[in-house]
Amino acid sequence: MTTSIAKAPAKALPVPTGETQPFWDGCRNHELRIQQCSACGHYQFYPRLYCTACMSEQVEWVRASGRGTVLSFTVVYRPVTKAFAEEVPYVVALVTLEEGPQLMSNIIECDPEQVAIGMPVESVFEDWSEDIAVLKFRPVLA
Amino acid sequence: MESLRGKVAIVGAADTEVGVVPQLSATQLYVNAAKRALEDAGITKDEVDGLITCNSFVEPYMYHAEMIAEYMQIFPRYCLNVATGGGTTLAILHHAAAAIASGMCHTVLITMADNMLSGLSRDRAIEAMSTAGHAQFERPYGPPIPAFYALIAQAHMHAYGTTGEQLAAVAVACRRHASMNPAAQMRDPITVDDVVNSRMIASPLHLLDCSLVSDGGAALILTSAERARDFPHPPVYMLGVGEGHSHEHISQARDLTTSAAKEAGERAYAMAGLGPKDIDVAELYDCFTPVVVIELEDLGFCPKGEGGRFVEDGRIELGGELPVNTHGGLMSHCHPGHPGSMFSVTEAVFQLRGICGPRQVKDANIAFVHAQGGIMSTHCSMILGKEVG
Repeated sequence: MTTSIAKAPAKALPVPTGETQPFWDGCRNHELRIQQCSACGHYQFYPRLYCTACMSEQVEWVRASGRGTVLSFTVVYRPVTKAFAEEVPYVVALVTLEEGPQLMSNIIECDPEQVAIGMPVESVFEDWSEDIAVLKFRPVLA
Repeated sequence: MESLRGKVAIVGAADTEVGVVPQLSATQLYVNAAKRALEDAGITKDEVDGLITCNSFVEPYMYHAEMIAEYMQIFPRYCLNVATGGGTTLAILHHAAAAIASGMCHTVLITMADNMLSGLSRDRAIEAMSTAGHAQFERPYGPPIPAFYALIAQAHMHAYGTTGEQLAAVAVACRRHASMNPAAQMRDPITVDDVVNSRMIASPLHLLDCSLVSDGGAALILTSAERARDFPHPPVYMLGVGEGHSHEHISQARDLTTSAAKEAGERAYAMAGLGPKDIDVAELYDCFTPVVVIELEDLGFCPKGEGGRFVEDGRIELGGELPVNTHGGLMSHCHPGHPGSMFSVTEAVFQLRGICGPRQVKDANIAFVHAQGGIMSTHCSMILGKEVG
């Protein structure tokens, strides 16, 4: 479920905040963490101080299954900056996690043309530095 | 909630030169637009007691509206700088109407401009393109701005069978209208084949599914309906206005194929006491072709999922069922960033005045204007008419 890709791209490293640090700590250990409300059971991402369903402060970090489906995607042919140039064409997607929350990611380890809406995917982590690993997804092999 | 219906009118409207305008700075474009709108309204700057702007990306000021007031030596009692991305124009009109109706001020000057084409250094142009999206949860994935909208387009195609050719019909219609507008930046007609054969940027969006990068500005003068009859041009009344706001980041959107344009439109129709069938001309935000398709659905011009079929066969072109973006839109008239929708409003005013020459919609009495900002995030709809009644 995890793999390490030894690449040192000249991309801007995400800067964790106090609120998001537990997520990034999880990523560093190649583990996808999201928040769950202890009061109502609601799962949420990105991390927040309160539960968006019931406004409870009792939001806890839990390990997500890492499984999800492609909600939508695009194959990018014109990179946003030079740092992404060698990856063209690359897939930017929205993924709906099994637990409910949706997030943006890349779908990797596949032919971009084979990505489809509804495709099952699983989490995979790319190590960008000693502290930062970036959450990505790859197709679940049938 | 007391209705703003018919309480406020646009009595001055003007565009600067648009497209490639290297001879004017961003601030100069704001002031040039303002001067033209004051002249159109036949008033002096001393009669302005409310001033609203949006900040310039190229030449920002911490207190931008105050900066423009200072530059022009206007001393307003109401001064506001608004920012809701591409939706800013109509949000500003909404604020201006509320300020006039509540007596905070009598005569509002709205001026918006930028020179995204000529005014940016290479580094700042890259910054403009690469700083969209959530810094931790979107930008690491490398989405250029078209990719955000491509996610919406792909979802719409999957759900409703919308085709690339249908999206292209939006660009074709805008270009046809621009070909009849001497002010437009891009005037050579294009075909559906031209669009779908242009370079793929972020699938399913091709280069010609994307709007322009431009310089330009526009300004409006608003006042109360009671005072509006004392100006050189017939007033254009604000009959309905409504907003809808659903998210900031597309990855947090509650729905990819139905936007908060639905709430914005419903609120505007309810205030105006009008419906989609009453609209003679529509100026809809068109930063990318799929946006128009989704707006047509969410604003009730066709059922959800029918937008792709609706834009085919010249239905949104002049002479069609609902002429859309008669000036050429962001696709072909100009797109200087946040001010983009100002040109939708000035065009609606010019259509209702009946002065648009070859691109005039016959018997245009009611115009619909819609703007959105962010990535389908913040929406404002406005219905304008020649008569209050």
